[in-house]
Amino acid sequence: MIRKFYYGDIPEDAGSGGHAPSKDARSGGNTPSKNTGKDWPLWEVFVRSKQGLDHKHMGSLHAADAEMAIENARDVYTRRMEGVSIWVVESKHLHASNPDDAASFYDPANDKVYRHPTFYELPDELSHM
Amino acid sequence: MKEHLFKYTLHLADNALILGHRNSEWCGHGPALEQDIAITNISLDLIGQARNFFQYAAALYGNRATEDSLAYLRDARDFTNCLLTEQQNGDWGKTILRQFFMSNYQSLLYDQLQQSKDEQLAAISAKALKEVTYHLKWSNEWVIRLGDGTDESHARMLKALNDLWPYNGELFIPAPYEVQAFEEGIAPDVKTLKNNWLNKVATIFEEAKLPVPKEGFSQTGGKTGLHTEYLGYILADMQYLQRTYPNNTW
Repeated sequence: MIRKFYYGDIPEDAGSGGHAPSKDARSGGNTPSKNTGKDWPLWEVFVRSKQGLDHKHMGSLHAADAEMAIENARDVYTRRMEGVSIWVVESKHLHASNPDDAASFYDPANDKVYRHPTFYELPDELSHM
Repeated sequence: MKEHLFKYTLHLADNALILGHRNSEWCGHGPALEQDIAITNISLDLIGQARNFFQYAAALYGNRATEDSLAYLRDARDFTNCLLTEQQNGDWGKTILRQFFMSNYQSLLYDQLQQSKDEQLAAISAKALKEVTYHLKWSNEWVIRLGDGTDESHARMLKALNDLWPYNGELFIPAPYEVQAFEEGIAPDVKTLKNNWLNKVATIFEEAKLPVPKEGFSQTGGKTGLHTEYLGYILADMQYLQRTYPNNTW
């Protein structure tokens, strides 16, 4: 059976594979991190490509602890001069919107053009806009 | 040509090449994808350092020598790498420990070599030192993680320590070309690096709950071309293609 997890919803036993999904598969986000299985936990990696820019999500990797996650990120994601700073966060600590909610979350914004500043006509006297 | 400068440069190149090659044997076999990439990165760093030293050595030697002819067409007796670098990978713990000993040594050596009277060696060392600083940080953490890890990892580290410790002494026993290089201000006196090295190792070992063994007997010979049984196999693997298809390129 395929188990589907969203960010922030990864239960403690994820990764051991093949077991029945736990009851609280959708609510395991805030249990303390504990590496119980033989697999290392998953980490999300954010890299700043140069000073002044934002950290961007690069991908994810496995590591036993935060220190190792940063070193792994250095080796996996910055080998070709991609970064000057790295953030890592354990994937289970991220909470994500549910794709099934897309219709109610995002579609209503579709026809509300007045939310864009360009919808409004500005008086000619206004400059520097 | 200054023969001892050539020999000394070749010795630095051989250390980096053989350790790099040993680590590269992990490529595709690392305990986890991320660590596979890490150890392969370190291999590439070391082989890059070897190339810099080989290119310089080839220029010193002249006579149409190239970095490739020095790496691929010399026999085991002509290689002057320290015995430690050619020791078998064993398990992950042993590979880590070998890297830890060598990175500690290289970081002290390259740091001093930056002040070498030979500008080329100083420049190569300055560049290599940045890489080695990361190798050291990486292997420090792994030694602590494994030494102070599970009973199993601790026992494996003890075994690795037992296997590798006799090869550390050679690092600090200078070969004739090292003595000459020191006398001319080209290289540091390796004997003086020893205490610093021991202190650094002891600091990490304390955190890793590993004992610092007594000094004991040192295996020597690598620096003058007398190697353990393993180097021949490494060279057979590494040089096979050039020996079988001379001058082949790809």
